[in-house]
Amino acid sequence: MAAKKKTTAAKTKAAKKTTTQKTTQRAAKKVSQKKVPFKLDSAIPAGAMSEKWDKHRFNLKLVNPANKRKYEVIVVGSGLAGASAAATLAELGYNVKCFCYQDSPRRAHSIAAQGGINAAKNYQNDGDSVFRLFHDTVKGGDYRSREANVYRLAQVSVDIIDQCAAQGVPFAREYGGLLANRSFGGAQVSRTFYARGQTGQQLLLGAYSSLNRQIGLGKVKMHTRTEMLDVVLVDGHAKGIVVRDMVTGKISRHSAHAVVLATGGYGNVYFLSTNAMGCNVTATYRAYKRGAAFSNPCFTQIHPTCIPVSGDHQSKLTLMSESLRNDGRVWVPKDKKIAAKIRSGELNPNDVDDKDRDYFLERKYPSFGNLVPRDVASRNAKEVCDEGRGVVASGLGVYLDFADAIERMGENTVRERYGNLFNMYEKITGSNAYKNPMTIYPAVHYTMGGLWVDYNLMSNLPGLFAIGEANFSDHGANRLGASALMQGLADGYFVLPYTIGQYLANVGIDDRPNDDDPAFSAVQQEVETRINNLLSINGDRTPTSFHRELGKIIWDNCGMSRNKKGLEEAIQIIPKLRKEFWQNLSVPGENAALNQSLEHAGRVADFLEFGELMCRDALQREESCGGHFREEHQTPEGEAKRNDAKFSFVSAWEYQGENKIPKLHKENLAYEEVKMTQRSYK
Amino acid sequence: MSLAHNIFNTSLGRKYLMALTGAGLFGFVVMHMLGNLTIFAGPAAINEYAAKLHSLGPLLWVARIGLLVMAAIHIWAAVKLSSENKKARQVRYEGAVEPVDVHRKNQIVSRYASRTMIYSGLIIAAFAFYHLAHFTWKVPQINGVVADFEEFYVHEEDAGENQVAFETPLPEGKGEEGKNAVDVYRMVKTGFGVWWVSVFYVVAVGLLCVHLSHGLSAMFQSLGFKTKSTEKLINRFACTASWLLFIGYVSVPLAVLFGFVK
Amino acid sequence: MSGKAMNLTLRIWRQDDAEDSGRFETHEAIDVSPDMSFLEMLDVVNEGIIADGNEPIAFDSDCREGICGTCSMVINGVPHGGQQGTTACQLHMRQFSDSDTITIEPWRATAFPVQRDLIVDRSSFDRIQQAGGFISVRTGSVPDANATPVPKEDSDLAMDAAQCIGCGACVAACKNASAMLFVAAKVSHLSLVPQGQPERERRALSMVQQMDDEGFGNCTVTGSCEAVCPKEISLDFITRMNREYGRAILKKSCS
Repeated sequence: MAAKKKTTAAKTKAAKKTTTQKTTQRAAKKVSQKKVPFKLDSAIPAGAMSEKWDKHRFNLKLVNPANKRKYEVIVVGSGLAGASAAATLAELGYNVKCFCYQDSPRRAHSIAAQGGINAAKNYQNDGDSVFRLFHDTVKGGDYRSREANVYRLAQVSVDIIDQCAAQGVPFAREYGGLLANRSFGGAQVSRTFYARGQTGQQLLLGAYSSLNRQIGLGKVKMHTRTEMLDVVLVDGHAKGIVVRDMVTGKISRHSAHAVVLATGGYGNVYFLSTNAMGCNVTATYRAYKRGAAFSNPCFTQIHPTCIPVSGDHQSKLTLMSESLRNDGRVWVPKDKKIAAKIRSGELNPNDVDDKDRDYFLERKYPSFGNLVPRDVASRNAKEVCDEGRGVVASGLGVYLDFADAIERMGENTVRERYGNLFNMYEKITGSNAYKNPMTIYPAVHYTMGGLWVDYNLMSNLPGLFAIGEANFSDHGANRLGASALMQGLADGYFVLPYTIGQYLANVGIDDRPNDDDPAFSAVQQEVETRINNLLSINGDRTPTSFHRELGKIIWDNCGMSRNKKGLEEAIQIIPKLRKEFWQNLSVPGENAALNQSLEHAGRVADFLEFGELMCRDALQREESCGGHFREEHQTPEGEAKRNDAKFSFVSAWEYQGENKIPKLHKENLAYEEVKMTQRSYK
Repeated sequence: MSLAHNIFNTSLGRKYLMALTGAGLFGFVVMHMLGNLTIFAGPAAINEYAAKLHSLGPLLWVARIGLLVMAAIHIWAAVKLSSENKKARQVRYEGAVEPVDVHRKNQIVSRYASRTMIYSGLIIAAFAFYHLAHFTWKVPQINGVVADFEEFYVHEEDAGENQVAFETPLPEGKGEEGKNAVDVYRMVKTGFGVWWVSVFYVVAVGLLCVHLSHGLSAMFQSLGFKTKSTEKLINRFACTASWLLFIGYVSVPLAVLFGFVK
Repeated sequence: MSGKAMNLTLRIWRQDDAEDSGRFETHEAIDVSPDMSFLEMLDVVNEGIIADGNEPIAFDSDCREGICGTCSMVINGVPHGGQQGTTACQLHMRQFSDSDTITIEPWRATAFPVQRDLIVDRSSFDRIQQAGGFISVRTGSVPDANATPVPKEDSDLAMDAAQCIGCGACVAACKNASAMLFVAAKVSHLSLVPQGQPERERRALSMVQQMDDEGFGNCTVTGSCEAVCPKEISLDFITRMNREYGRAILKKSCS
């Protein structure tokens, strides 16, 4: 008994000693608050493309299993990427703190994805392979993505389907009980797995269930209705965040060994997009302001089949599945006068003679017709509307007509295929698409740009990782359908959990500051000051009115097609709007309560800065590629013209200070496996 | 998580208890009605039936205690569940209308009955208590007539043309509990001859059948047997059984009131 | 597509925080376009309230396309407003007429305490899921997806249940604030697929236990949950859960 006691005492003593040592080390370190110099090292492993990931995984440093529980990782965001990463890290043994602004992790906007998820399973025996998926993705991205990352994405895609099926995701199945597939734009094989029109929902609920299991086991501490407002760097490494509790307004700080941002895209910079109301750029933009590089912000994807805007009250846009273009025919009147009559309600579109209709996609692209890629379809719709031939009251809409399809297949077949979409359309517009042609218009849907990350998904700030839509890496200038879900889950389940181990092993268990580290106090102070500023302007305009105005500027000048003049103008106007925002904003209420105006104001403030960065990126990229169409750079037929000699690079912007022009860095893209060609859909 | 815990301490467990005890009580209600109907076969039949029941001795007590326990569990679970329900939703909507039952309107689910189970149940329990006091304990103050049902025994001299013909001779002496057979026939006739007793009875039986019209179907729901394919059948059964019971029970006091029972 | 603008009177529940006792406030919604969604109508009313220097009505919404399950309000006594299979965010003003008075209240349930105005705390739903609404798989440790065939009928039925968006309208509509439809949907989904079999009994028992602990009421089969469910999840799943639960107690006590 006595002996035992002695041992315990000795242990305690030893433990105390280590603590003291740690404290001293930390104190010594604090004297030098060194900044890590700006450097872009993509850290792509050497060797053959198909062996890079396996080799890299072998070379990655491992964290001793017994030590994992001594590490803490922060995951911001609980969508496909965030939830899958948080759950997997916790399974491995790490302690995870997960944050989301929604009232439940299940509500992240991944839930709204409809179509499906790609995987190179080759279950259809139609010649699919990892290499083909890789090839399609690089080509679809218009040769502006990083080959090694895309290859890895294609490799792990097969594991994702296994993982999700094991979680009980009710994928569509054939009568034999095996998984069903459908084909999707940009591919000639059938590799898309789906769960009715709610694939995103089902995959997210799968990740959410894994996350729930870890929350129940106490390995993940979940913070809902909590918004991240800043990153904290200690000695140049990301070591924590400052957050606001959206119910009580309490600002608090959380330290960890590493920070993972899974905070989605910035589509809401346009005000109107298919993003959820709460989607914002704050987390990634704050990281950018702390030194993380922001890549390709001008690469945004426009989806052609959304329901047109019905008035100034519009708060968001609703996407309808692209599959509608399989049977619907897109047209506008040939004559502006007829279009005007339709707009004023004098003329019913069904009464327009066939010879007066312009089926412009079929006319211009005889071989692909209505099935041209998203960006081409979108741009053409904009073009005819700009000519004054648009058909809804605002003039911004074209017809998607099913009359021929109904005549050919019968109304019942059309109802079977698209019934739920027609119902949704009627709910929103009040118009019956079996009787009248549908109206559609393009809307912002996805953003390919994001924080710059290396092969390990770590940003140029050590310890700061970005996964899912929040990073830039896999989709280049354009994302293929059904690839967003694939990338989010690949990053969260199969890439980050390995690669983060390398960083953690390198820095060691002791490299975690306390919450009361002066670096945290300083950032919290800044966050609080900013909130107080927002609340004390007492001007006349609501956050929404500024957001709407910014959105219009960005949509008009940095939307579906861009030109030098417009972009330069936008770069002039946005700072003025920003100035007005900080002088004339009205945010009622206080911080210490649930205050939705305040939340919105904070997000709009960041969009107002970010919008300018976007325009700068679009301005410098003197070429057209993927979702980025510069009017100055098109073929005589009006197609996008890439400039591979000068622009085969990833732009990475470095923040230089308030109201200063950011610095552009370039990561050059070299293509070893895929040959660069010009896209053509003629 | 023991079996007892899972049954007595969880909502679904208590629902199971409700369903099983409800089924038992339903069985009793059916037997009781069949017994009642023997009155239409004349005084001999019903009195003989009563005497046979009484002659069961200890078995009768087992049945009585069983019924009592079932009723107690049924009521306990109901009150417990119902108080939980009250606690779970303390604020009513001011937006007036109750949720519109959009796509179930064509089905037989009696929404009124389902919403009032606890009230119908408690009233039935109160009535059952009165009913026992009336005919079983024979409390004279509540029967509304001058007579004391304690004195309603079948006497040898009564065994006339219209009276009971027992196979075994009646014990000696004048009406005594346990010795003489009870003259149920006379008791029923006298008892239901009082109009308000009959009205109370009819109302209570009506409530019982409303209660059953939902309960009989919910029972299958709670036990997990009601599916799309069996739903119609179950609902029809619940509805038919409730109506048959109502008619069966009500026929006795009505027959008495309208003079069909002489 | 367009119709005549309407003027409406809104009676809206206002409550500063969880402790506040709350009250109804009346607001006029002027010039409402029939093409607006219900929430856009509230957005416009809110812009007016802010312009008057007051605090806007707090309400929850996110995706505004009927899938995230965030929006939650009782409109004229009916959760989500009563259009079949529709969330409040997808409800459009053409369902209303000029000079209507509309009463708007938060979800009412003890297990969903009001946080502010129309916003309630639904974390009880998360805790029910954490208690067992999952299949325990470790990332990577799984067989090929086609190694376990799932009959199409089972998979389709599981999908019917899995569509639940967790909005809580079922609880809000139920006179007992019962969460049975929500829990039943999850229990059914996972018990219908072969991958969910090993934890089938454990899951049913622990999710029901957690549901009770959160203070939800009991099912009295009134069917109002099914009537208001934006995903039209069938009451049959509640029967199925009852069966699952019975099966679980029998199996657990026999083994």
